[in-house]
Amino acid sequence: MIWLTWRQSRAQIITAAAALAALTGTLFCTHPALVRLYNTSGVPTCNANTNCATRVTRFLDELSGITPLLYFICIGFMFAVPAIIGVFWGAPLIAREIEAHTWKLAWNQSVTRTRWLAIKLTVVGLAAVATAGLLSLMVTWWSSPIDQAVSLHPRHGISLFRLGAVLFGARGITPIGYAAFAFALGVTAGVLIRRAVPAMAATLAGFAAVQITMADVIRQHLVAPVHAIVALSAANIYGIGNTASGGMLVQARPAVSQTGAWILSSQVIDKAGHPFQGPFTQACLGRNFAKCTASIGQLHLRQRIAYLPASRYWTLQWRETLIFGVLALLLAGVCFWSINRRRVN
Amino acid sequence: MTAVLQSQALSKRYGHRPALADCTLSIPAGHVVGLVGPNGAGKTTLLNLAAGMLSPTSGTIEVLGGKPGSGPAQLAKVGYVAQDTPTYAGLTVADHLSLGAHLNPGWDAPLARERVGRLRLDPRQKAGKMSGGQRAQLALTLALAKRPELLIMDEPIASLDPLARSEFLQSLAEFTAGHQVSVVLSSHLVGDLQRVCDYLIILVGSRVQVAGEIKELLASHRELTLEDLVLAYMSRAAAAAGREPVQEKRR
Repeated sequence: MIWLTWRQSRAQIITAAAALAALTGTLFCTHPALVRLYNTSGVPTCNANTNCATRVTRFLDELSGITPLLYFICIGFMFAVPAIIGVFWGAPLIAREIEAHTWKLAWNQSVTRTRWLAIKLTVVGLAAVATAGLLSLMVTWWSSPIDQAVSLHPRHGISLFRLGAVLFGARGITPIGYAAFAFALGVTAGVLIRRAVPAMAATLAGFAAVQITMADVIRQHLVAPVHAIVALSAANIYGIGNTASGGMLVQARPAVSQTGAWILSSQVIDKAGHPFQGPFTQACLGRNFAKCTASIGQLHLRQRIAYLPASRYWTLQWRETLIFGVLALLLAGVCFWSINRRRVN
Repeated sequence: MTAVLQSQALSKRYGHRPALADCTLSIPAGHVVGLVGPNGAGKTTLLNLAAGMLSPTSGTIEVLGGKPGSGPAQLAKVGYVAQDTPTYAGLTVADHLSLGAHLNPGWDAPLARERVGRLRLDPRQKAGKMSGGQRAQLALTLALAKRPELLIMDEPIASLDPLARSEFLQSLAEFTAGHQVSVVLSSHLVGDLQRVCDYLIILVGSRVQVAGEIKELLASHRELTLEDLVLAYMSRAAAAAGREPVQEKRR
């Protein structure tokens, strides 16, 4: 059965291996120059309070040739590859057999259909997980100088940081979870829809929806955030507006000193702990922003902040990967159940 | 002699529609059994139940003393050629033989090679590029080289041209003459069945009308040819069903 599965999927596995090898070659060729530039840029030894911003900006500006492009292409790959695996490896795996009626041939060899499915899922699933894992390993390794630099200067134009929605899913072990899930989702769609092309479309839509939901809604609840109440510093105020009731709305940057923290919420509160809603100070009715912020500083306002510190990165990575892994196993269970109760069409 | 297929009040429904009703059969070993009946009579359903591709709604079925499709040992004893003789379009003839060798402990490699050679199938040719007759022969080769005790074939020749049909039946007859194997094959072409079968089951309107050795059936209906006999049973069943037209059912 392993032989048959390999024979049926060797073309796509070899293609994936070749593509991975080509990318690895490109990354290996460009990596030394990137590291040299990083080491001589002064970024590794910069001081966050003084010269990091200028050094990071200079380092990023000096990146040349294919390197900046490659950086973004790799991020794209990290999201595209699990989707491709789900659509082109997962969805047709069983749906093609159903469409071509070859499952009738396969199920009448001396191998139970449970074993048939188990071997198919294991062989192709392992190939999918290995592809995503190797890709993530390569990309995380190659991108680390740029990732590090960007995280030291969070207000740079490329506002990417490791806990952010973009980089979190494109680094570390989460892509392995995505690949396993996308593959299982594809197979399940194929088993239930029984036609390859609609199953492929459903897989793509379903996977995109799940990934967006995870990044936007679920991820922030996977690790308990740190809550902090700190005095509002006038220097962090960047905007004044009107509340719905005509009061004064103070907008301020969250005063989290750690770099790379993921701010979940930030609110300006008064002494009693209620959201601050004005009234406007005398100075803020005028045109002078500096005088205005100084007058707000006199009000002894505070900020209530909830954030995930950068130190929780790996906890979050493991939890998210585990969730996708469990979802993949549940979907595989649906496939086994469906295959064993399936009637001849 | 033991029965290769034994069923008790076997029924299969798809929703409310009965596909096979109250089928009690006992087919003795060593026969080539023809299963005839109009389209939608339940032939495919009966064969799928025997191969374990379907499970019954009610009643029981035993094939070679075991529950159909219950495990690798049971699967190894039964060869099955499905209605459209499916093969993997992207795999070559040689790949299909490898498939058979890897998936069947009792695989008879010399038999498979000899058949492929005699049928002049090119081992390097992909199944998707072969004619319908060649594909049917390849599917039959896979089922035979598995060395089953019972070979089940669901209208294997329905889509073949007369020459390919004749060759297919010829090679089947040669095989059954030389090996210990029971065969059940369905068809609505009585003339073809007569060439290879010595046992007949007539299935009309999801019910078994008659089952028995062709020799004895003809002896008890002295005036009839096999064709007439089948027609007589079919029209009698249709009349009994109150002249309801036989339900058209394509798989």
